[in-house]
Amino acid sequence: MSGNEAFARGAYEAGATVGVGYPGTPSTEILENFKSYPGVYTEWSINEKTAMEVGIGAALAGARTIVTMKHVGLNVAADPLFTSAYIGVNAGLVIIVADDPDMHSSQNEQDSRHYAVAAKVPMLEPSDSQEAKEFILKAFELSEMFDTPVLVRGITRLSHGRSVATLSNPLTPVKPSGFVKNPKKYVMIPVYARARHVLVEKRLTALAEYAETCKLNHEEINNNKIGIITSGICYQYVKDSLPPTVSILKLGMVNPLPRKLITAFCTKMEKVFIVEELDPVVEQQIRAWGITNVVGKDMFPILGEYSPALVKQCVTGEKMPAKLQVSINIPPRPPQLCPGCPHRSVFTVLHELGLTVSGDIGCYTLGVLPPFNAMDTCIEMGASIGVAQGIEIVESRDKESGVVAVLGDSTFAHSGITGLVNAAYNKRHLLIIVLDNGTTAMTGLQPNPLSGTRIDGTETVAIDYHALGKAVGIGEGNVKIVGAYDMKTLKSVIQSLLATKKLALLVVKDPCMILKRKHAKHKDIKDAGKTI
Amino acid sequence: MTTTNIKVTNILFSGVGGQGIILGSDIISLAAMYSGFDAKKSEIHGMSQRGGSVFSHVRYGNKVYSPVIPEGQADILVALEEMESLRWLEYVSPKTAVVYVKYRVLPANIEKYPEGIDAELRARFAKVVAVDPKELTQKIGNQKYLNVAILGVIAEMLEGITSDAWKSAITALVPKSTDAANLAAFEIGKQI
Repeated sequence: MSGNEAFARGAYEAGATVGVGYPGTPSTEILENFKSYPGVYTEWSINEKTAMEVGIGAALAGARTIVTMKHVGLNVAADPLFTSAYIGVNAGLVIIVADDPDMHSSQNEQDSRHYAVAAKVPMLEPSDSQEAKEFILKAFELSEMFDTPVLVRGITRLSHGRSVATLSNPLTPVKPSGFVKNPKKYVMIPVYARARHVLVEKRLTALAEYAETCKLNHEEINNNKIGIITSGICYQYVKDSLPPTVSILKLGMVNPLPRKLITAFCTKMEKVFIVEELDPVVEQQIRAWGITNVVGKDMFPILGEYSPALVKQCVTGEKMPAKLQVSINIPPRPPQLCPGCPHRSVFTVLHELGLTVSGDIGCYTLGVLPPFNAMDTCIEMGASIGVAQGIEIVESRDKESGVVAVLGDSTFAHSGITGLVNAAYNKRHLLIIVLDNGTTAMTGLQPNPLSGTRIDGTETVAIDYHALGKAVGIGEGNVKIVGAYDMKTLKSVIQSLLATKKLALLVVKDPCMILKRKHAKHKDIKDAGKTI
Repeated sequence: MTTTNIKVTNILFSGVGGQGIILGSDIISLAAMYSGFDAKKSEIHGMSQRGGSVFSHVRYGNKVYSPVIPEGQADILVALEEMESLRWLEYVSPKTAVVYVKYRVLPANIEKYPEGIDAELRARFAKVVAVDPKELTQKIGNQKYLNVAILGVIAEMLEGITSDAWKSAITALVPKSTDAANLAAFEIGKQI
């Protein structure tokens, strides 16, 4: 099974009954799999912060809970994470966060382990699907044993890799206690928070002590010349590429680190290589303890993914095999908007109009590429509106600003609405264009608060753009909903809304082609056997 | 576990987002697992799937560590699109057996499809099998089963996977109503 299926299975086997998250590659399939288990509640929350908060509440009320997101989602959820470390949990709270080294489908390459260190919570890092499943059970145990949220780190090669895993019978979920009042523990006014911080530090020390002997960390001692300290997928690269004579300390728990165990390992070895993708999180801590016989980022890259051959080269000096040379030049094949995609016409028009386009995160970010060349910024979820506002503030001092914010429906619900309220409140004159294709397309067609269905396909409220526009004081006529395919109308509506020099919300509404195909397929199946 | 002792076999799938390389690589991994081997695979979802170059790595053997094929060690390269056969050159070597489909998708903003790929492949690799998708589709009856037929083509090159395991893996992963057609396509592929 895939790492993500294994995470979901692990949560089910651990008796978790609540799963919340926001879609994000490579984490999305965790909840999509978890939702199919019996007796569980799942939701796509509107963003990761909200998901984390729902998760905190569910755990406090006594249900084992998973919260899922991608690495950049943890930025959004960082605020509740840090203080949830203070209040602790009741039933276990496990946050699964998936990193994306090499940015296969992300806007940055950040390393989530920093959050575990900064928030002072434990983090586990499995190296294959079997461990992904087992570590979730262990994470729930630790969460309840130490009264703390626990982070579990996935990465693309684990989450979207498949390996063999053996299923176990699920534990019977404990009947939730319900929320039991305890203001000194759960209400973080300074006087209570000070007392809780003391406990956070004590807990971290206790966790580090636990890490010294827990089975999550294990040694494979084969000689005393070359030692490897590693974790996660890098462990597999080490096992694949290095001779069985090297000694390995595999860390299943990457925060807090077992200082005594690591120190003893390094003392035994002549030279120790720290094999960790992305940032030197483990290395810096080891070096800070005054251990000097280590090799880390002085030899290994800080960028991108590792591979067996790269690990071998860095440890043994044996060069990676040369890339096969061919005499034909193969042109790149970057991803692109699908044929017939409703976003295409919007970017064609924006390109024609020569506007500054403050973009956002989604399939439509591909509007930056030829032939459209119609996106000028893309930072993080929901940024389009705030960034456009900043540009507009400065530009409109001495000329008419030609900036528009462009974002998708799911992104608008995630954090674009906050930007809209801010622009309205501060009397800015922006044109916000929501590309509403009825789904969260890039992560694989998840419903969202504008599509009118929940994770399980049941119907729910769809936010009413006109009512929302009215609520934030956008003038009558400055909220418009148009189809994507009539480019002439699209162009004239954009021009006329810009000409109002007032805040305006334009919704370009036509369904995603992939969603359309999926619906058509389902219809075929439903219609099969009917005589028309 | 299996009694056969084999070295880890590495199969690299390459194609264009939407071509269905994930199904093909899933079937091989499952068939390997049903044959008693350890199997791992790795692929990429998300943005690159939107019509971009995509890949899937499959590895099986008595014990597999990395889900990613080590550079230069692909035993078989399966390219579902012609020029994609020359996309991931860091993973192949002259010893790699290449099975490629003579099917062309012009990348966006490129005017001329590169020529001479077949000759280049034959000059660089010891074994090259070119699959004519039209011809094969005619034999199997429907383009939908093409990917499974191509698995039939490479099945003969893979050590240790039993025909029962292939059957079980195919029926486990293709839509129920297409079981028989896919199994037939697989058998036809084996004859190529």
